[in-house]
Amino acid sequence: MGSLFRSEEMTLCQLFLQSEAAYACVSELGELGLVQFRDLNPDVNAFQRKFVNEVRRCDEMERKLRYLEKEIRRDGIPMLEIPGEVPEAPQPREMIDLEATFEKLENELREVNQNAEALKRNYLELTELKHILRKTQVFFDEHEGGANTTESMTRALISDDPNKHMGQVQLGFRDKQESLEFLPCFVAGVILRERIPAFERMLWRACRGNVFLRQAEIDTPLEDPSSSDQVYKSVFIIFFQGDQLKTRVKKICEGFRATLYPCPEAPADRREMAMGVMTRIEDLNTVLGQTQDHRHRVLVAAAKNIKNWFVKVRKIKAIYHTLNLFNLDVTQKCLIAECWVPALDMETIQLALRRGTERSGSSVPPILNRMETLEDPPTYNRTNKFTSAFQNLIYAYGVATYREVNPAPYTIITFPFLFAVMFGDLGHGALMAAFGFWMCYKEKPLQAKKIDSEIWNIFFGGRYIVLLMGLFSMYTGLIYNDIFSKSLNIFGSSWQNNYNESTLRENKALQLNPDSEDYLQYPYAFGIDPVWQLAEANKIIFMNAYKMKISIIIGVFHMLFGVCMSLWNHIYFKRRISIYVEFIPQIMFLTLLFFYMVLLMFIKWTTYGPSPPYFGSQDPEIVKTSGFCAPSILITFINMMLFKTDANTRPQCDPTMFAGQIGLQKFFVILALMCVPVMLFGKPYYLMKEQKKRASQGHQSMEAAAENGAAGGAPAPAPRGHDDDITEVFIHQAIHTIEYVLGSVSHTASYLRLWALSLAHAQLAEVAWNMLLRKGLKSAGYQGGIYLYVVFAGWAAISVSILVLMEGLSAFLHTLRLHWVEFQSKFYSGEGYLFQPFSFEVILDSAGQTEE
Amino acid sequence: MACKLCGPKLSLCGLVLSVWGIIQLTLMGVFYFNGAVALLEDLPLGENHHSIEDFVAEVKNGYSQNAYNCWIAALLYVITLVISGHQFWMNNRSSVSM
Repeated sequence: MGSLFRSEEMTLCQLFLQSEAAYACVSELGELGLVQFRDLNPDVNAFQRKFVNEVRRCDEMERKLRYLEKEIRRDGIPMLEIPGEVPEAPQPREMIDLEATFEKLENELREVNQNAEALKRNYLELTELKHILRKTQVFFDEHEGGANTTESMTRALISDDPNKHMGQVQLGFRDKQESLEFLPCFVAGVILRERIPAFERMLWRACRGNVFLRQAEIDTPLEDPSSSDQVYKSVFIIFFQGDQLKTRVKKICEGFRATLYPCPEAPADRREMAMGVMTRIEDLNTVLGQTQDHRHRVLVAAAKNIKNWFVKVRKIKAIYHTLNLFNLDVTQKCLIAECWVPALDMETIQLALRRGTERSGSSVPPILNRMETLEDPPTYNRTNKFTSAFQNLIYAYGVATYREVNPAPYTIITFPFLFAVMFGDLGHGALMAAFGFWMCYKEKPLQAKKIDSEIWNIFFGGRYIVLLMGLFSMYTGLIYNDIFSKSLNIFGSSWQNNYNESTLRENKALQLNPDSEDYLQYPYAFGIDPVWQLAEANKIIFMNAYKMKISIIIGVFHMLFGVCMSLWNHIYFKRRISIYVEFIPQIMFLTLLFFYMVLLMFIKWTTYGPSPPYFGSQDPEIVKTSGFCAPSILITFINMMLFKTDANTRPQCDPTMFAGQIGLQKFFVILALMCVPVMLFGKPYYLMKEQKKRASQGHQSMEAAAENGAAGGAPAPAPRGHDDDITEVFIHQAIHTIEYVLGSVSHTASYLRLWALSLAHAQLAEVAWNMLLRKGLKSAGYQGGIYLYVVFAGWAAISVSILVLMEGLSAFLHTLRLHWVEFQSKFYSGEGYLFQPFSFEVILDSAGQTEE
Repeated sequence: MACKLCGPKLSLCGLVLSVWGIIQLTLMGVFYFNGAVALLEDLPLGENHHSIEDFVAEVKNGYSQNAYNCWIAALLYVITLVISGHQFWMNNRSSVSM
């Protein structure tokens, strides 16, 4: 049987590897990605394992690479994607080379960065000094252009700012007056602009107004070398007198992280200093440029290889991690591994192992040994890009039990179909299909782009589902004859108008009777007749009747199919008893009640209707098969369940749909109800009998126990107490029976969501058309064209966002539920665990994702 | 050459919308021109009609008027297509040259 229908057969193998060859062999297996290793030293912690040193070295290398990558990113150098193939895992001895390379690169880079930072700091200081000199020059020059002694200037400056002192207590003012006798000193510096107000206040208070502060803003932002942020600063100059104040001012400056610079008093000195500063800045600039160039060169060289290096290091690390899971032989000459292997791939794995041995130059071939085990093997379904999306939908509910029937292949058709029943609209389906087709058509370039957005990845991962959902929706849209809530009249409607002019003029609403010439007596060729779009009075009623019946029919078939899947499971796992006491009563219950209801629908559709040549005839035979006599299926079904017959309110009609209906229905219901105790007690009774037989015959083989199915095909569980076992089976069976019986009813009703969502979608589409596009279409004159242009854009936006995206999402979720609950509950236990092979591809992918 | 007015996303959006608009509005124009009954409800019709002939004339007039309006809107979308296509091309080229 194909592997799509069931998971792969797995074998547990023991692998003996020679110590020297182990690395190469594991690397080959990693490239292959078909082997899942088991941890053989689970009680040993991570630090006591054999290859912990190597793993640590790899971690260190990875750290260095990340550092390099960060630096490369900071400089905005594009990192080259690996051209062509992914490099193989390097030999262990290459590791030392790699380590040396990274070490060198890192050190070089750190040195360059340190130098650059020192240079930048220097540069900052010089720039600040330059600004100070320039600004203070202005201060000094401001009032007494010709004067060159600081005293006179200070005096001018102080008197220049009278309101500073006016508000102060007299003390300050007087102090100033006295201070003029002394030689005023000053300090100049630079401070962050936002600190200025606080700084000013502090100075004022601490020095009691005895100092005088001038400040000017530096217009250009300066780069802070440690954080490389752009900061705004201000130049200040403080005048004061006396040493005491000087220390105080200096302390305050320190406290506010202001940098003070020596500023000569004489203008000539200042000019000279400015000149010196300028030349030094020039020099520094060239040096800085060279440093940057060097850094850039180093990084560009690294950027060429960094992706390759990452892959190599990650591969080495993964190999050593795997080797850590192995068991050391007593002789230390060989490593023992245990692994799960798909039975079909044994040959490929052997080949890979041989390749690994040859590469390592070892003489002893590795030994791959099958082992017998009682453990449940992992579930492994081989998928391709098309089936993997559907398989993931199934896995999202639960990983299949080992070798259980896999619902994925059926989901490929039923999922888009059930979705389309809810989403039936040719226009919206076409939009969705176009999007899906575009994603499938541009698959390779889009994959190579590696877009990080999570929502995009969900859509892209399900691109084949989206495409299929779109195509199926177009089909159901044609059936419903809905394109953006309008109908297409492709084959010509089967209805015609036979009313005369005056009748048409007099009446607001008129009926077209199918039991007359109004209906041509042959249906529209495909789907719903387009005339229904114009039937404002009863379109919804008609569509509801149709869609509800369709939903129930689809639902019952879907569930019947699910129950049949369980037969497949029972046969495969050799649970013969389960076929008799579970499958047969289950399918009988469903068929006798719900499939019978479906049959009634078909009988109703085919029996009742107009009889063409005798329109409106009162002949009793014709009346009996006319639409007038058609019974309600729902009422019929309810009456069947309640063993009740309503009084016939239409004497000209037959009370039943066919002869013997009442008797047959009673028989069906009784038979169906009799299935319930079989489901409930069949299995416990059989087990009890079995155990009694065994007790009388002494201990028998495990075969019988294997048949009870409770252990899921695995050999029988350890013998337990007799009563304990039986009660457990009883409870289990009771739960399942109740779930199934109640479920049949509620699940059948649950399929009505197909109708409900379909109705909602059709109505929403109609509202969108009537509220938006109609407004554009109804505007008269040629300017209506321009108005239509605008309205169309709005309508398109609403259509995509609400009708395609939101409605699509809700229909998707409901479809998912119908599959998970209504379909899979009939046969799918989903108690397995996933096969997670050791594969470089997976490891590299996940590492690449976490990094971004 | 003309400058870049909109970013890559807006120009792509314009591109998709205008392709959709051209297809749908042209088709709707054809349907109106042929007098599709399904679109009758979307015609700009007055309330009072004195005679059947009067009504039929108005409906016919409405159909052809709406057909032209649809085609006008489709034409406007052709212009949008050209503009957003040009913008899209500009965006693509600039991102490649970067």
